[in-house]
Amino acid sequence: MEPEVQGRGLVYLDNAQTTKLDPAILDIMNEFMVDNYGVPGGEFGYRLEEEAREAIERAREIIARRINASPEEIIFTSGGTESNNIAIVGAASSNYYRGKRLVTSKIEHMSVLRIVDKLSRQGFVKTLLNVDHEGFVNAADLKAGLGDVRMVSVQHANQEIGTLQDLATIGEISRSNSVLFHCDAVQSFAKEKIDVQSAKVDLLSMSSHLIHGPKGVGALYVRDGVKLQPLLEGDDRERGLRPGTPNLAGIVGFAKAADLMTHEDTLRMRGLRDELIESLLTISDSRLNGPRGEPRLCNNVNVSFRYVEGEAILMHLDLRGLVVNTGSACYSQKLEPSHVIRALGGTLEESHGSIRLSLSKWTTKEELTYAAETIRQVVGQLRNLSPLGRKLSAQR
Amino acid sequence: MTVTSETSAKRFGYSAKVMDHFKNPRNIGVIEDADVTAKVGSVACGDLIKLYLKFDPDHDQIKDIKFESYGCAANIATSSMMTEMVKGKTIDDARKVTFKEIAEQLDGLPRIKLHCAVLSRQGLEAALVKYEAKRGRVKIDESFVNKMLRGVLDPVEGVDIISAKMVERVAVEEGKRVFMELSAKAGSELAKSLTDDIRDAFEGLDIELNLKFKE
Repeated sequence: MEPEVQGRGLVYLDNAQTTKLDPAILDIMNEFMVDNYGVPGGEFGYRLEEEAREAIERAREIIARRINASPEEIIFTSGGTESNNIAIVGAASSNYYRGKRLVTSKIEHMSVLRIVDKLSRQGFVKTLLNVDHEGFVNAADLKAGLGDVRMVSVQHANQEIGTLQDLATIGEISRSNSVLFHCDAVQSFAKEKIDVQSAKVDLLSMSSHLIHGPKGVGALYVRDGVKLQPLLEGDDRERGLRPGTPNLAGIVGFAKAADLMTHEDTLRMRGLRDELIESLLTISDSRLNGPRGEPRLCNNVNVSFRYVEGEAILMHLDLRGLVVNTGSACYSQKLEPSHVIRALGGTLEESHGSIRLSLSKWTTKEELTYAAETIRQVVGQLRNLSPLGRKLSAQR
Repeated sequence: MTVTSETSAKRFGYSAKVMDHFKNPRNIGVIEDADVTAKVGSVACGDLIKLYLKFDPDHDQIKDIKFESYGCAANIATSSMMTEMVKGKTIDDARKVTFKEIAEQLDGLPRIKLHCAVLSRQGLEAALVKYEAKRGRVKIDESFVNKMLRGVLDPVEGVDIISAKMVERVAVEEGKRVFMELSAKAGSELAKSLTDDIRDAFEGLDIELNLKFKE
């Protein structure tokens, strides 16, 4: 498809941050804001209520089918952060489960890490699993001492380096030890295959705005039989787990977005991703962060360039109409280097020059050629300013 | 595919002036026959500059100054501005430039980026002190060594290693042999990074450096 997406004259490669809404969704959302603006009633209601109920239930079916769940196991939320909160806090506050230990990995999304951290100050005990140099959790670490564990929360795809964890192994270990398994699948949902049955997942977080759906909507899979305490008190909507007036247009748009993401999109992104990795690695002193091939999220590329700092790269690229992201400390509002890159065991220096490029289903080869060439120029230009880069070229 | 480049840029927090100096840094590069060089900051911090200065010895004037940068947009812009502000000034006048004035001349910096202006000012100070030491006007003693170490950063916290209390003892013998005891553990990533940065800080001075880390 010809990208009218790039109408702003940008090559946008920060689709792990957010994506552009698929224009095909806008009309449907519009309908559920302007014409069919009701909210679901109960089992019987007036026509506007009924139309809203049907729309939401259709959406629930679409989301459920995507992860091989039943529709009644899906609740709609305001997005990934809320889903993670409901899942982890909800299970922690439910007395039904044994154990006071929460296990997660060092490279989770901040929402998961902060919830677990907060709970650990309220009587829970936290264990942060290490990851190897490609970002994989070691299943053997998980097996050790599951006795007092209430919940394991391990993401599917990593937000920065795209590592896809082996959910089936983690699920098998958790289930056989009667430990709840929550999976943050915000980055991978509708892009990579997820089967909550075969992977034995109990709770799974999803989001809309990373698959060209609207912002402010997401979902949580809650396996039948899993008991949660809601975060908010209110009506009985979403099985009482997420009370309040549902975001009707958002939910309908989310489901449509999921519907519009196809396996072909995944395959195409995977191919383009690998080409981009290869061309970026021809730049000297560059290194791929995260794994190659199948166990890597289809739209994620993350490369570190030595002797240059990520924020400076990002700003120069932005001036040239290329949008990327960086794990550099200087770019973070707290001046802290990426906890993900640090967890891989590299030096501090390596975290500063890391650049993440995340593709969308509309990304073209032409755009990636532009991206790789522009990055080559900017990295070269900054290395010319750098006392480290200059030393390097003098040695050669 | 048409990609639009931005010509006059301004970002929340980064003024148009910061962006201008970032895009077109003034006085960038090296002076091959510099009278003095000074490297401050740290690779591990992602924040480092190296300055090259040439003086007019008769008038104690900064004849030329250039810099190289490994750092963010603010690092590049503040160093660029600092070099513009002090070029042609006498040592005494250059010393009067404060990090706040550097930030002001750039129409301000985000609060969390003010340390970049501080770093460029520290670089200047280190260069001036080194020049005076080379000319024999400043004695290489404990106080001199401490001044130099103010330009070396703790890579984890981003503050200088004196403030971070990482330097436990400094001794200087005969203005030539410098001994230092540091709190970092010998053989650690931190010790390696500090060794490099401290050696760089004293580069060009006729001294012997002896660093001791914790066993």
